[in-house]
Amino acid sequence: MSSRPLTVALVGNPNTGKSTLFNALSGLRQHVGNYPGVTVEMKKGQFTHAERRFDLIDLPGTYSLAARSPDELVAVDLLLGRRPEEPPPDVILSIVDASNLDRHLYLTTQVMELGVPVVVAVNMVDVAAAQGVVVDVAKLAAETGLTVVPIQANKGTGLTELKAALLKAADGHHAPKAPVLPQPLEAEAKTILAGVNGQVPEFLARRLLLDINGATENWFVGKYGEALRTRVQEARKRLADAGAAVPAVEAKTRYAYIRKVTAAAVTKPAVRPKSGSDKLDRILTHKVWGTLVFFAVMFLMFWSIFTAATPLMNLIDAGSTGIGKAIEGAMSPGPLRSLLVDGIITGVGGVVKFLPQILILFAFIAVLEDCGYMARAAFLMDRLMSRCGMSGKSFIPLLSSVACAVPGVMATRVIENHRDRLATILVAPLMSCSARIPVYVLMISLFLPAESAFAQAAVMFCMYMIGFITAPVVAWILRKTLLRGPRSLFVMELPAYKRPSLRTVGLRVFDAGWQFLKRAGTVIFASMVVIWAVQYFPNTTADGTAYEGLVATAEEARDDAKKKKEDAAEEEKEPLEQEEAKNAAEVKRLKAEWQRDSFLGRTGRALEPVFAPLGWDWRIGMATLASFPAREVIVGTLRILYEADEAEEGQADPLRASIHNDWDNDPVRGKYRVPVALSVMVFFALCMQCASTLAVIRRETKSWLWPLFCFAYMTGLAYLGALVTFQVGKLIVGAVS
Amino acid sequence: MTLAEMSAGDRGRVEQVSGDPAVVQRLYELGLLEGEEFDFLGYAPLGDPLELRVGNTRLSLRLADAAGVVVSKL
Repeated sequence: MSSRPLTVALVGNPNTGKSTLFNALSGLRQHVGNYPGVTVEMKKGQFTHAERRFDLIDLPGTYSLAARSPDELVAVDLLLGRRPEEPPPDVILSIVDASNLDRHLYLTTQVMELGVPVVVAVNMVDVAAAQGVVVDVAKLAAETGLTVVPIQANKGTGLTELKAALLKAADGHHAPKAPVLPQPLEAEAKTILAGVNGQVPEFLARRLLLDINGATENWFVGKYGEALRTRVQEARKRLADAGAAVPAVEAKTRYAYIRKVTAAAVTKPAVRPKSGSDKLDRILTHKVWGTLVFFAVMFLMFWSIFTAATPLMNLIDAGSTGIGKAIEGAMSPGPLRSLLVDGIITGVGGVVKFLPQILILFAFIAVLEDCGYMARAAFLMDRLMSRCGMSGKSFIPLLSSVACAVPGVMATRVIENHRDRLATILVAPLMSCSARIPVYVLMISLFLPAESAFAQAAVMFCMYMIGFITAPVVAWILRKTLLRGPRSLFVMELPAYKRPSLRTVGLRVFDAGWQFLKRAGTVIFASMVVIWAVQYFPNTTADGTAYEGLVATAEEARDDAKKKKEDAAEEEKEPLEQEEAKNAAEVKRLKAEWQRDSFLGRTGRALEPVFAPLGWDWRIGMATLASFPAREVIVGTLRILYEADEAEEGQADPLRASIHNDWDNDPVRGKYRVPVALSVMVFFALCMQCASTLAVIRRETKSWLWPLFCFAYMTGLAYLGALVTFQVGKLIVGAVS
Repeated sequence: MTLAEMSAGDRGRVEQVSGDPAVVQRLYELGLLEGEEFDFLGYAPLGDPLELRVGNTRLSLRLADAAGVVVSKL
């Protein structure tokens, strides 16, 4: 018996420090659990105490067990032991905020009715004490009949006591003194239960009555038929007549109970002192200052991506070039060497290079979320967001999509209204994600020198603005057409500001970096190899000789001449220099021909008329096509395609230099450098080139229709946007010159 | 008067909560129930939503939903 691991379910309101406690208890021993049929994911962790293993499940933060969506119902079912994937919990750990005990105990009183032992962790006792709020833990335990442990999750205080309490509660007997709902309600619940032969827990029968149009009601009606809905509606009418109208009766009963408990256990100052958080909010939600701070924070985020990440990026770049050179020197020419150096190392190296930027961006988002500013951003933005058919809550998913649409789409789960949520999911990929950064950086560097960091940041800012403007417009159109329906619910808590937890932020950043690398190692890597193959083969000239051999011979002759030239006397240098130049040109010519003639090149040239109105040559067009599975791929592909021009010694970025030189000798791209680069950027800003996002949309919407729709409208929009950009840019350049 | 008609700095008491059942239930859960007193903190820079404090909780809701909450000014 004692060897069986104990299952602990962690519940709590949002912004209680629940994640902090979860991380403090399980450390890095955590993973994500998926549940079939719904989109919800829960973190699972492990820890050991007194030689007993504990399996900890982190339920999504919620104010109540009144499930409004199938996702919230999963959490309730899990607590009731009704999910086949998880054993029924042995203990429920309910975390509450000491400074706001009244509201936080609401959920605890619901959890007390589940028939599972409950341990209450009173968090942030220090913050509460600073505000003059003192919680008497012993009295709280006596009043509720629960085990109560004071903790400070961010400092790790009280965790040993908490673990001991969990162990004791799981094995001991429990007798919570839960609030009693009025007798008529209990009686109606029993009648409902008898009507379905007692097949469901009594708790769910009560929720069915209490949650009008809730997920429980939908589940019951789905299982027992439409007639049940009528019976429930009649029961609610009887309850209203008996003076126990739902949903008010539940809130009144629970809050009356909580008032009694806190009157005994909590000492509060008579006059609420003005907290630092209130003072901060006077500025941060102010008409002028709040808006200014908001835009300043956004700009600071992009600016730091540019400045702080550069040294690390250069380091990774130098590393992958070094490895490539070493392998090139150690192996003889052939498909394997080419695959290793040109396909794998160059491709993956070019992707990993952007890891520093992603880490910085996720650090920003994690800090903003953890300190409580994200909710203010939603408050500031709700008017705008609701105007275009979303809610203030769409702001967080959309802003997260600035890092990556995959977590962004997943973050839409906080949006209750189905249509709001769908609209947000469908426009989230329009936000400029971090995978677009490589494209922006490369294209900007083609027409702006590295020294003008401010101008670079300004152009980058404009690229992000494209997403910020297009996404709401598209959402508005969707809500007027495909997703027409009633307005959404927006009732939101603005949590008190707090110092962000280093651990929470660190784990978020680590997680994001790891996810990105996994993508670099799978989807991106696979497409790099495919792209290398269609670009390497068929590798034969018209008379059947392999290009690779011819290139190797020419390179040898070139290097030979160079070496001879260095050793030769002054008067003999001239002819050898000509010899070297002739062979160097031959190398370039052969490589270029090899490219043009590859499968990739043939397709690209065939499609050139499609790309021409955008100002693109076949190489840009081809690299764009190749990057449909993952945007980042374009950089690696361009690296391979533009390798035809040898990088010059001492150039900081050989790819930039290669494209630069190529465009200098091109009538269209030489003259219209800026419009071409902008057209590529606009295309990437608007296009759905991400297999992972499509997969997540499919998972979140449970349908192939929406990912396909998203792909189609975004690709169309991207082509149109790039077309307008280039054509207008061309006119401007023409008028100026 | 309704909650949507208050001005920043007002103090009020909830008289009756009505409207969309989901909104009503959420407001109840967050502690905004009949008889409860609150501080009206003001409106967002764009005029909507509004912000209030009940107990130790700062709440934000839209004018359209606040129109269903009947209050009296204290």
